[in-house]
Amino acid sequence: MKNTALLAGLLAAGLVLTACGTTSGNTAATGGGTAFTPPSLPALGKLGAGEGQLSVLAWPGYAENGSNDPKVNWVTPFEQESGCKVNVKPFGTSDEAISLMKTGQYDVVSASGDASLRLIASGDVEPVNTSLVPNYADVFGFLKNQSWNSVAGVAYGIPHGWGANLLTWRSDKVSPAPTSWSALFDPNSKYKGKITAYDSPIYIADAALYLKAHQPGLGIRSPYALDSTQFQAAVDLLKKQRPLVSEYWSDYLKESQSLTSGDAVLGTAWQVTVNVAKTGGAPVESTVPSEGATGWSDTWMVAAKSQHKNCAYLWMNYIISPKVNAQVAEYFGEAPANSKACAQTSDTKHCDTYHAGDSAYASKIAYWTTPISQCLDGRTDVKCEDYGAWTQAWTEIKG
Amino acid sequence: MTAAITNTPRPAGSPRRRLSAYLRRTPRLRLGILLSAPLAWLGVAYLGALAALFVTAFWSTDVFTGRVVVSWSLDNFATLARDAVYRTITVRTVGVAVIVTLVDAVIAFPMAFAMAKFTSRRTQRLLVIAVMTPLWASYLVKAYAWRSMLSGNGVLHWLLVPVGLDGPGYGLPATVITLSYLWLPYMILPIYAGLDRLPDSLLDASGDLGARSVRTFLSVVLPLALPAVIAGSIFTFSLSLGDYIAVKIVGGTSQLLGNVVYDNIGAANNLPFAATVATVPVVIMLLYLAAARRTGAVDTL
Repeated sequence: MKNTALLAGLLAAGLVLTACGTTSGNTAATGGGTAFTPPSLPALGKLGAGEGQLSVLAWPGYAENGSNDPKVNWVTPFEQESGCKVNVKPFGTSDEAISLMKTGQYDVVSASGDASLRLIASGDVEPVNTSLVPNYADVFGFLKNQSWNSVAGVAYGIPHGWGANLLTWRSDKVSPAPTSWSALFDPNSKYKGKITAYDSPIYIADAALYLKAHQPGLGIRSPYALDSTQFQAAVDLLKKQRPLVSEYWSDYLKESQSLTSGDAVLGTAWQVTVNVAKTGGAPVESTVPSEGATGWSDTWMVAAKSQHKNCAYLWMNYIISPKVNAQVAEYFGEAPANSKACAQTSDTKHCDTYHAGDSAYASKIAYWTTPISQCLDGRTDVKCEDYGAWTQAWTEIKG
Repeated sequence: MTAAITNTPRPAGSPRRRLSAYLRRTPRLRLGILLSAPLAWLGVAYLGALAALFVTAFWSTDVFTGRVVVSWSLDNFATLARDAVYRTITVRTVGVAVIVTLVDAVIAFPMAFAMAKFTSRRTQRLLVIAVMTPLWASYLVKAYAWRSMLSGNGVLHWLLVPVGLDGPGYGLPATVITLSYLWLPYMILPIYAGLDRLPDSLLDASGDLGARSVRTFLSVVLPLALPAVIAGSIFTFSLSLGDYIAVKIVGGTSQLLGNVVYDNIGAANNLPFAATVATVPVVIMLLYLAAARRTGAVDTL
């Protein structure tokens, strides 16, 4: 009883803080984008004929070719239309995407904010000539030339869609329905050993987001700009969470299977995971909790070393065309980037549900971005922990 | 008549003939050519890769761009030695490998003994095939089969609940079970081969001299079969030491050395540190092989 009152108080405090805190984190992230000079690479000048081949490196659910569900297929129509034979490789974490991009085997990649800048800085991707992508004109203005898809006004990719990492639970096994991330951090949780969490160093940001709301004393403004004290608090929180966790997931299908079998009943997930589990008959629900959520805003980028750049441009134009962008957004469960996509979704309320055109809502999500030692929230008096430290800490958290 | 024909020296005209005659006269060259391919493979692909691994371990990566920076330092090794988490993981990995090896030895020995001593030749062949059958199925299929069996509402749960127990769930015990299952044939086959070579007359002699079966087993069979057990343990120990897939599938939140290497390559993109961590199992295995060599087990492989 005492705990509930305390929790309610903390929640209320959290709500207020989230409301004023997230926006500052977001504007500050813009500063991070200019902290480096990317190698100078030219964008494609003019579009030629397709090369007949294309290797796509994509988040699961972004380039479906019917192999997961025969009815879900927008790759084959593209192949027929463009003559580019498409090879799809899905990846589970941004780090995996970066490793795979470094092999030089892929032509386009759907990169989240914690990958895009690193790919730009290392010269693995090149600027994109947006005038060669006619559908770019219809992309929501608040997604263009953002800190995660451009450097100094130069566009490095085509926005794809955005969304939040959700709190997910089995509605038949978890009651009452959770409304706060504290459901995943309560040491006395009755769902101990049935909780699942994302297996990537970037998950530390989820703990930081929680602490930002529940421990205002730490003064966290952006979950990606953590000084050593704040960072240690987040790491400690995750170390305490580990005994509760049954599995860390990086393969969304494996997570969906755990949710379906009941080995996990509560955790963090993408909407697509929830959709797949629901298709499999499991009663799974998801929500953006009171503290807000971390999330992603994804960008299609072209590999600098690609030998199939014409096909890559054709793909980028195709994948954000209203109809296909709508299909992907509905299948994955995210807000589409193309404003005309909203008229094409089979669920007419899809864009309202995901706040597609709502730039105010979009600014409340703490988008994945790469932590660097220069604090992304604008602080100059302290050094923040960089992604190397995050990676090492993640190994320690898993123990 | 026939003899006269075969004895007639053949004309040594064609170059192919001359070459074969030359090779016949120089057995060392012949051997060299025959072994060059496997030796090149061993030297370049295996030892070369190991050397490259060891060299890479002294480099570092640029955290932001992920590029490998070629600068020599012992930082990676310092991190490995300083951070307690890597010691914990090493101990855990060796522990799992030891337990898997022991479990396999305990299961495999009676089975191999029965195969070698109590069955007809025909049954022996059938049993050897039966033992090897699981090796025909994919590793992943078997690991995922265990994942569904060990699940909270899987077969093990269903079997054990009536007797008041429950399955182990995902975690280290599940990993040990899965790995023991996966590597069992690698333990049975060397022990079987070792026991098969053990002459039955020795067992009879022991009996004739008044030893009971337990005494015969402890004083005759075990000492003679021990090198074979150790030979089998080299397989199970080394395979368990490097495994990272089974633990990812059934290990819950546990991580082993292989996972740290994998995460540093696949996720953190820190190849040099992955190389540093990878030297740990190499060193452990070298120590293990050196110890096994002293027992003479390597000769029985």
